[in-house]
Amino acid sequence: MPVRNLIPSFWNIPDHLPGPPRYLFNYRRIWKWSVLLTSVVALLPLIFITLVDYKMTEQAFESEFRSTTARVVANTQRAIGFFLIERRAALDFIVRDNPADDLSDPIRLAFILDALQKSFGGGFVDLGVIGSNGEQEAYVGDFELYDKDYHEQPWFRQVVERGVYVSDIFLGFRQVPHLVIAVKQTMPDGDFQILRASVGIAPFEDLLANLELGGLGDAFIINRDGILQTNSRYHGQVLDYLDLPIPEFSLATELIDAVNPDGEKLLIGYRFIQDTPFILMIVKKKQDLMRSWHRTRLGLILFLVISVTLILGVILGTATYMVNNMYVADEKRLVSLHHVEYANKMASIGRMAASVAHEINNPLAIIGEKAGLIKDLFTFKKSYSADEKLIGLVDAISASVKRAGRITKRLLTFARNLEASVEEINVGEVAYEVFSFIEKQAQVREVQISIEVSPETANIHSDRGKLQQIFLNIVNNACAAVPDGGHINVQVAPSTGPGGGVSVRISDDGCGIPKEDLNRIFEPFFSTKTGQGGTGLGLSITYSLVHEIGGEIAVSSEVGVGTTFEIHLPMTMPPRKGQDDACTAG
Amino acid sequence: MRVLLVDDEVDLASALAERLDLRGIQADWVTTAHAALDKADAVDYDLAILDVKMPKIGGLELRERLHERHPRMKFIFVTGYGSEMDFNKVKCKAGETCYMVKPVAIEDLLKRMKELIGDIGGDQ
Repeated sequence: MPVRNLIPSFWNIPDHLPGPPRYLFNYRRIWKWSVLLTSVVALLPLIFITLVDYKMTEQAFESEFRSTTARVVANTQRAIGFFLIERRAALDFIVRDNPADDLSDPIRLAFILDALQKSFGGGFVDLGVIGSNGEQEAYVGDFELYDKDYHEQPWFRQVVERGVYVSDIFLGFRQVPHLVIAVKQTMPDGDFQILRASVGIAPFEDLLANLELGGLGDAFIINRDGILQTNSRYHGQVLDYLDLPIPEFSLATELIDAVNPDGEKLLIGYRFIQDTPFILMIVKKKQDLMRSWHRTRLGLILFLVISVTLILGVILGTATYMVNNMYVADEKRLVSLHHVEYANKMASIGRMAASVAHEINNPLAIIGEKAGLIKDLFTFKKSYSADEKLIGLVDAISASVKRAGRITKRLLTFARNLEASVEEINVGEVAYEVFSFIEKQAQVREVQISIEVSPETANIHSDRGKLQQIFLNIVNNACAAVPDGGHINVQVAPSTGPGGGVSVRISDDGCGIPKEDLNRIFEPFFSTKTGQGGTGLGLSITYSLVHEIGGEIAVSSEVGVGTTFEIHLPMTMPPRKGQDDACTAG
Repeated sequence: MRVLLVDDEVDLASALAERLDLRGIQADWVTTAHAALDKADAVDYDLAILDVKMPKIGGLELRERLHERHPRMKFIFVTGYGSEMDFNKVKCKAGETCYMVKPVAIEDLLKRMKELIGDIGGDQ
C-alpha cells in the first residue's frame, strides 16, 4: 500500500483557504496536539519507570557481584591465613616441645619432618635449625644446605626481632617456588636458635584453583611488591610482576575497580593476609560478571521499545481516526448547508423565473394579438396587403413575440420542475430544453452544440427537475471548458448496462481535467476555479442529484483533448429517502 | 357559432375578438367575470375563452359558474402562468376544456376550438 493511502484526508487541507473560514477546526493542529499530549502523558511515566527500574536492577546486579566477590575474598583469605598460622603454630609447638639439643640432632629433626609431612600432608619440604650466629646447625631435606650462614639475611634479623617470620615465595636453591616459615626458640640461657621450614606452594595453588569464581575470575596471591606468589590465570606466572596496580594497604576486605592493560574493566577484591607479606587478590572481568545483567537489560529495552511502539501506534491510530471522523462530520455539515443553500437559491430562481415569465407573457400576448390584428386587417381588408414591407414588419413582430413566448414558456417549465415529481420523461427532450438555455451564449462564442438522440431511446420515469439541473450543471461546465469555437456533443441512447435505461454522453473538446484532479472532481468543494467565484459544489451536487434519481455518473478526460461525462439513468427512480429532499425543496 | 372572450386586459380581449370576427367567428369580449356571467345569460355562446388570473373572480371559478348555467358551453383557458407542458398533460379535459399559454398564436387557438366544437364555421 502506497504511503499516500495512509495519509488521512484532513491532512492536505491548506491552512488558509480563500473566502470565509470553511471548517470549524484546524484538524492538523488538533491531531498534532492530541498525539503530542497523549504521547507525553502515556510515554513519559513509562520511560521514567523503565529507566528507574533499569538503574535499580543494574545496581542490584552490581552490588550482588561485589558482595559475592568480597565474600569469596574473605573466605579464601581466612583459609590461606589459617594454612599459614597452622604451620607456624606447628613449628612453634615443635620448638616449645623439643629441647634445643634435640632439634640440633639431625636424626630427631628428620623424625619431626617425617611426622609433620605425615600429619599435615603436603607442604613441609625441609627443616633446618639455625644457630644464633646465623649458621645452619642441622638440616633435613632434599638439599645440601649444611653450614650455610644466614646471619646477614634480612629474614634472619626479622625472626630474631619478632620471633616469627613468613617469607615471600621464592625459587631458592631448588628452583621450585616455596616459602619459608621460621620461628625462634629461646633457650633458658638466653641464647636462641631458629627452626626454619620450607613449605611448598602447592596447597595454596590447589586452594585457589578450586575456588569457584564466576566472571572468568582469577584468584592469586601477590606480595607487597606486586610479585605474583602463585600462578594466575590471566595475570602472569609465579614470581612475575603483576600487571595491575598494587592495592593500598587495608585491614579489611576491599573491592576496587580497575582496568587491565587491554582496557577491560575489572572488579578486584583483595585482602592483606595478616602477619604475612601476602595479599590475596580475586580479579573478575566486569563484562562477564554483567553478562546476566545484559540479558535482563536487553529484555528491559525490548519491553520499552515494544511498549512505546504499541502505545504510539494506538495513539496515532485513534487520533487519526477521531480527527478524521470530525473532519468528515464537518464536511458533511458543510455539504448539507450548501445543499440547502443551493436548494433555496434554486427555489428563489424558480419563483422569480415564474413571476417574470408571467409578467412578460401578458404584455407579450397583447403585442402578439395587436400585431396579429394588424396583419389580419392588412390581409382581410386587403388595404395594405400589397405592401410587402409592412407585412414583413408585422411578421417580424409576430416572430419575435413567438420567440419571446418560447423563452418564457421554457422558464416556466424550468421553474415548475424544481418541485420534485416523478413523471414519464423523454430524456432527449429534456436535453434539448436545457441546451436551449445556453443556445444564445453558445452562438455568441461560436460553440457548436450537437444533440443526437437515438430513436430507440425509451421514456423513463424520473424527476424532470433534477435531470434538468444535472444537464445544466454539466453543460455549464462544458461551456466554461471549451474555447470559443469549440464543440459540445450530447448523445442520448439506450443504455447497454444492466437493467436498461438511458445513457447520456456529454463530451466537449475543452481544456480537459488533469489526471490527479479527475478522481476528485465530484468531491464537495473541489474547485479549480477557487477565487474565481467557483464554490466547488456544482459537480458535487450533480453527483448527488444523479444518485438521487438512481443513476450513475462517470467522467473521463484528457488534458488538451476534452472531457466526457457519461450518465446512466435507470428506467425508474429508486424509492426516495427522506434526506434527499434537501436539494429539491422549495 | 358564438364565442365569449373574458380577459382583464382590454387590449388583448378586444384585439383577439376582432381577429376572430375577421375570420367569421362571432366573438364578444368582456373584462370581468360578472360581465361575462351577464353576457352569457343574455346570449347563447358555444365557447368561452377565459383568462385564468383575473381580479375578484378568476377564470377557474368563472368556468364553474358558467358551466352550471350553461352546461353545453365549452371552455378554453388562456393563461400567462404555467408552461405548455403542464397543460398538455390535461389536454382537453372531457372534451370541454382546453388550456393554452400566452402568447397564443391564432392558428393554435383555432385548432383547439376545432377540437372542441368540431365545425366552427367562419372562413379561416
